[in-house]
Amino acid sequence: MSSRLLSRAPQDTPGTWKSYLGLTAILLVSAFPVYWMFVIATSSDEAVMSSPPALIPGDQLMVNLREVFTMQDVYFTASLINSLIVALAVTASTLFFCSLAGFAFAKLRFKGNNVLMFIVILTLTVPNQLGVVALFIVMNELGWNGTLLAVIAPGLVTAFGVFYMRQFIGHAIPDELVEAARIDGALTLRIYWTVVVPAIRPALAVLGLLTFVATWNDFQWPLITLNGTDYPTSMVALSDLASGNYVVYRRVLAGAFVATVPLVILLLAGGRQLVRGIMEGALK
Amino acid sequence: MALTDVRVAHTEEPKHAPPKRPKFWLHRFDTKTFPYLMVAPFFVLFAIFGLFPLLFNAVVSLRHWHLIDKEKNGWVGLDNFTKLASDTDFWDALVNTFGIFILSTVPQLLIALMIANVLNRKLRGATFWRIGILLPYVTPVAASSLVFAVFFSRDNGLANWFLSLVGFGQEQPLDWRAGTWSSWIAIAVMVNWKWIGYNALLYLSAMQAIPKDVYEAAAVDGASPWRQLWKITVPMIQPVVLFTVILSTIGGLQLFTEPMLFDENPAQANGGYDHQWRTIAQLIYRVGWSDLNLGYAAAMSWALFLIILIVAGINALATRRLGGGK
Repeated sequence: MSSRLLSRAPQDTPGTWKSYLGLTAILLVSAFPVYWMFVIATSSDEAVMSSPPALIPGDQLMVNLREVFTMQDVYFTASLINSLIVALAVTASTLFFCSLAGFAFAKLRFKGNNVLMFIVILTLTVPNQLGVVALFIVMNELGWNGTLLAVIAPGLVTAFGVFYMRQFIGHAIPDELVEAARIDGALTLRIYWTVVVPAIRPALAVLGLLTFVATWNDFQWPLITLNGTDYPTSMVALSDLASGNYVVYRRVLAGAFVATVPLVILLLAGGRQLVRGIMEGALK
Repeated sequence: MALTDVRVAHTEEPKHAPPKRPKFWLHRFDTKTFPYLMVAPFFVLFAIFGLFPLLFNAVVSLRHWHLIDKEKNGWVGLDNFTKLASDTDFWDALVNTFGIFILSTVPQLLIALMIANVLNRKLRGATFWRIGILLPYVTPVAASSLVFAVFFSRDNGLANWFLSLVGFGQEQPLDWRAGTWSSWIAIAVMVNWKWIGYNALLYLSAMQAIPKDVYEAAAVDGASPWRQLWKITVPMIQPVVLFTVILSTIGGLQLFTEPMLFDENPAQANGGYDHQWRTIAQLIYRVGWSDLNLGYAAAMSWALFLIILIVAGINALATRRLGGGK
């Protein structure tokens, strides 16, 4: 039995009951904080303060949600809309600019193609966060601090996206297809729209999901530029909910739960694509 | 085959109108200039919001740059850096950052490796497991940090309740935020929870690219699964290990959200009442946007940048040696 197991690559070795037990444990640990967020979000103060703390959901969700949405100076409703605007704008723009640039790098002949692509890859290694002080000053000059523009503009196109699209387009679209369309008299932009875009829908889905998740969850820069304004994103609003001298856990976690729900839905709907995107990204 | 597809798709158009050749100048513009316009948005936006701030940061760090109290603003040479060298707040934050970084990176990558090794087997519901371990990755780090902040509270926190189940801390509950180590551990738990699944998928991806015959050759020598993992799998996926080490170095040394929201009053960016878990990124935020001293915050950013470069370099070398040496 054991010698048969050993003669195989791990990929061909069936999981044992221990594998499944281990994975189940990992899954429970992964899910527990999100589950417990929901438990506290539905509980009363007494349930939160009891010992042991509440482990099954209560019936106070509506009460807690009402408090979150009506809390002064937190602008929770607006913050959700703001997060949606920012995440959608950044995602749409990233998909457009990255696929356009990826198409040029993968299929078009122009001087400096390789050098420019190398620079794109090089910029992947620059930790942007370290420039936040100067970025804040730049936004001040532009008059954008405290507005959603300050959060949207830096994310409009990413080096990773350009790189990912270039790799995908390079494999997915035969050169002859582009040449044939050109012989038919189509301009580059038309080829992009009628040949490239339909062929790269799976890659657009993957990059779109990764971008949306990252943008929705971004905390540091939105906190710096939007804190104290009337236009927070939901992450900034969460930090406001948790600040102050007397913090109400059930209210904080009710807010956190609301801000998490859209992403759990995304994971349920697009989990396959997300897994694929992360795993493909690792190989390049 | 691709060619015929195109012809089929276009058969109807020419009947009504023969394909129009674009005018010469238009064709020239389209093939010579237009590609540059397609890649330009990336370079323009990166120049404005990525590269320029990073370089301009150096200028700011050589100036006194106060946001409101502007009278003293101006060139100060290396004053910000000499101040930094003797600033105990900075060095304390550096120690905290490294402590939390090690507690969060080492278990994170080791556990991810174990999970990937299990996921690499032939499993029922492979996709289900893979999606499941991504839940922490999509959960907003602000939201999960707040859950853990409640989880690790001294009174009625779930962490202490679990500890009491195994007979620990019954006479006096552990005050996670009070101690240096306990607060570091609590924050490291948040980071580990968030990134283990993501890294496991990266490792899994690399493991699945290993040719099967590599294992079959080794099986003749009677390698146990454990030896198989360390002697074959890990060396084979070494480039991805290197990638995750560098990625978690860059991310770990800039840790911000978790320590921020672990505070009982995050707005103050204290990192504990004795700053026992305040990280450098948090200190930069405090100096820049509470004290409004942007020049000094910029100097700290540069210092952090250099530290990250050095540590990432060391880690890269160490990882390369670990994987390739034997």
